[in-house]
Amino acid sequence: MNSTAVAPNQQSWGGPDESRENYLNVAYGIKSWLLTKDHKRIALLYLISITLFFFLGGAFAVLIRLELLTPQGDLMQSDTYNKVFTMHGVIMIFFFLIPSIPAVLGNFLVPMMIGARDLALPRINLLSWYIYTVGGLFTLFAVAYGGVDTGWTFYTPYSSVYSNSNVAVTAVGIFITGFSSILTGLNFVVTIHKMRAPGLTWFKLPLFIWAQYATSIIMLLGTPVVAITILLVALERLFNFGIFDPSRGGDPVLFQHLFWFYSHPAVYIMILPAMGVISELVTAFSRKRVFGYDFIAFSSIGIAVLGFLVWGHHMFVSGQSIYAGMVFSLLTFLVAIPSAIKVFNWTATLYRGSISYETPMLYAFGFIGLFTIGGLTGLFLGTLGLDVHVHDTYFVVAHFHYIMVGGAIMGYLGGMHFWWPKMTGRMYSEGWGKFGALVIFIGFNLTFLPQFVVGYLGMPRRYHVYPEEFQVLNVMSTAGASILGVGYLIPMIYFIWSLRKGAKAADNPWEARGLEWLTPSPPPTENFDVTPIVVDEAYDYSPREAEVV
Amino acid sequence: MSDHSHSVVAHQFDDMPQQKETTTLAMWAFLLTEVMFFGGLFGAYTMLRNRFPEAFAVASNSLDLTLGAVNTAVLIGSSLTMALAVHAAQTNKRRQIILFLVLTIALGGVFLGIKAVEYNHKFHEHHVPGAGFHFEEVPDWVDVSRLNYDLEKATETFFSLYFAMTGLHALHMVVGVGIMLVMIWMAYRNRFSEHYYGPVEISGLYWHFVDIVWIFLFPLLYLLGRHFLLEGGH
Amino acid sequence: MSDHVVPIRVYLVIFSSLMVLTLLTVWAAFLDLPGSYNTILALSIAILKATLVILYFMHVRYSSRLTWVYAGAGFFWLVILLAFLMSDYLSRDWQRLPQGW
Repeated sequence: MNSTAVAPNQQSWGGPDESRENYLNVAYGIKSWLLTKDHKRIALLYLISITLFFFLGGAFAVLIRLELLTPQGDLMQSDTYNKVFTMHGVIMIFFFLIPSIPAVLGNFLVPMMIGARDLALPRINLLSWYIYTVGGLFTLFAVAYGGVDTGWTFYTPYSSVYSNSNVAVTAVGIFITGFSSILTGLNFVVTIHKMRAPGLTWFKLPLFIWAQYATSIIMLLGTPVVAITILLVALERLFNFGIFDPSRGGDPVLFQHLFWFYSHPAVYIMILPAMGVISELVTAFSRKRVFGYDFIAFSSIGIAVLGFLVWGHHMFVSGQSIYAGMVFSLLTFLVAIPSAIKVFNWTATLYRGSISYETPMLYAFGFIGLFTIGGLTGLFLGTLGLDVHVHDTYFVVAHFHYIMVGGAIMGYLGGMHFWWPKMTGRMYSEGWGKFGALVIFIGFNLTFLPQFVVGYLGMPRRYHVYPEEFQVLNVMSTAGASILGVGYLIPMIYFIWSLRKGAKAADNPWEARGLEWLTPSPPPTENFDVTPIVVDEAYDYSPREAEVV
Repeated sequence: MSDHSHSVVAHQFDDMPQQKETTTLAMWAFLLTEVMFFGGLFGAYTMLRNRFPEAFAVASNSLDLTLGAVNTAVLIGSSLTMALAVHAAQTNKRRQIILFLVLTIALGGVFLGIKAVEYNHKFHEHHVPGAGFHFEEVPDWVDVSRLNYDLEKATETFFSLYFAMTGLHALHMVVGVGIMLVMIWMAYRNRFSEHYYGPVEISGLYWHFVDIVWIFLFPLLYLLGRHFLLEGGH
Repeated sequence: MSDHVVPIRVYLVIFSSLMVLTLLTVWAAFLDLPGSYNTILALSIAILKATLVILYFMHVRYSSRLTWVYAGAGFFWLVILLAFLMSDYLSRDWQRLPQGW
């Protein structure tokens, strides 16, 4: 796997690399980017936007961890702290995690992996990015004008009646951005149904595509419900509608039902694409067919469907009927099964594989371990009796950060490293890549492992004042966060550096299987000179390659 | 005479059938999201009506049944004219496409006009939620003392839902009218033929969906309390 | 999605049926039926009307199975929302705990 070799062109472009036309150099100028219909350029537009929001959300995280260094509320007032953790959550969830893999990697790869020239609806794709940007601007406006203090969950009647912060503006921003998500999901579903290359049947598709498909189903069917719910909150604030306000006959628990109907499946929007990435990484870096392809494919759909049936586990202590609670708890245990199936199958894929430890694979290993911890602690939370004890504590915070950061973000970074050569035509520094992954892994665990403990011991979430005895664990967590912050900067730096100084990438630097690797790095606008005709199964590594040397 | 402009297949598609099937499927996917969008409101309605059945019945009876029924008929009629417009596009009859689209818009306009009249009534009766809300017509058949909730407050909840649901629906109709205007313009420019009528069909799908929403809104908002109006109603 | 041209006669029949069903639902609203039968009847008529619009005006009767799946999925997911939502509220009275919850 000589990463600096330039492989012979498989397409008849001719000429030296520099003059070869690709999607990046086919046209220059801001208009060619802002009016592009090319899914690959739109993916990069999203990459820039979500990275900016990631660092903004990260800045709020820094403020949180700084404040929590001491048990007293000394850095900021309570109201301010409420705003800080709200903005951290809102930005990270709606403006970073939910778009991340689908809008960047999905947009770039879905057409290529199925042998198409573009998505089904390129202009809708561009519109989706503009909608995302407009929604983001609304939210930035809200941040600039004093933020929101309701928590990202916007529980009523605080959010709809009593809060004095910029709820309506933020609600509108999220409402608008929701349509970006809907349009992306719509585009993917239709594309995957209708634009697969000849011979590419469903069960020959890369598992990344199955994961994107399942994610898109959730985006389509869940997002509209949170959209109408958040709109109703805005209406309640602006026009005095009384649907969630108990003093006027409304019901706050109704809000919670409607909110979590989307927001639970939303976490699967955040994790399923990452699981899709891991399937690609594990096969490529063990040079082996995936174990249990059908199981992984069906488990993605299973997670998407079952994920819609468990939302009440966020409401065990809200006054919800205990019988409904029991049903939701049972279903929560069931939805863990398909996730576990994936972990087993990835592990079995590794067995007797020819494993190499390039940076993407390090992230994949990190994902498998950390996601397992996060997932198992979810079962704790899904247990009715136990949840009474740990609900609204740092145990919950640790749980979802293990999944979202230890899982989803690691999957995102692993995917970015894997496909960076394809997207940019450049290789990053492998040494720095490994180093960055290690720093992130250490920083992450130091940040969030103590939070399981401090949460179980009783420290509530969303509080900036806490009992003295929790300080040691909080200091550890903040120390970890500073390491993690540095860790995230490292890939930023070497990725940008690689754009100018990185070695030119071969068409298939990892010698992986998949239609996207048949194109030059970076690909031409139309992706394929001639539509490929697919004969092979997915992950068609020859058995010889997998033999341990 | 009939000069059809070339129906161009977009570059990402291989041929016209793929383009048509894909774009139609895309509209269906979009309508799915609309089902869930309105679905949230139907969920809120179901839950609140279950909690305040008497208040909802009383409030519903204050709506104008005749106007509501007429609007239902008007909208169904507009669905017919829409279907006929699609038919005309499929059979290459340019004048008829325009005629039926104009009729569809006209009927849509009638619907919106009647809605405006109804909203005006509600405004004057102080049935708009908010500071000025006041509901006074509590009928005989309700024994307010037996209720475990405040009837007037609960009727305000009904009207919040009424305005949210019919308002959102009306907004969708306005968008629909806009879409039809674009279709009329395209038909006028002779863009459609028996080989290329996808946009008309897709617009029709949207319009029919808006009709279906009203088919459910009408009984749920206007009809639920009528049977209490009979003498000796239970 | 079909290339099937539905005869105008079919549209007119469906239209007439929809009008009749509208009159029927208004008339039935005044019947004093026990329990929640008024609601069930009204919803059944509405579902029937919606089905006619979907099958004939929206051409689903003549469309591919994929279109049927899409149309069905939307309805099915709405039912999930309503059913699970109401399962909470309707089962709250089942509890016989002394202090509630």
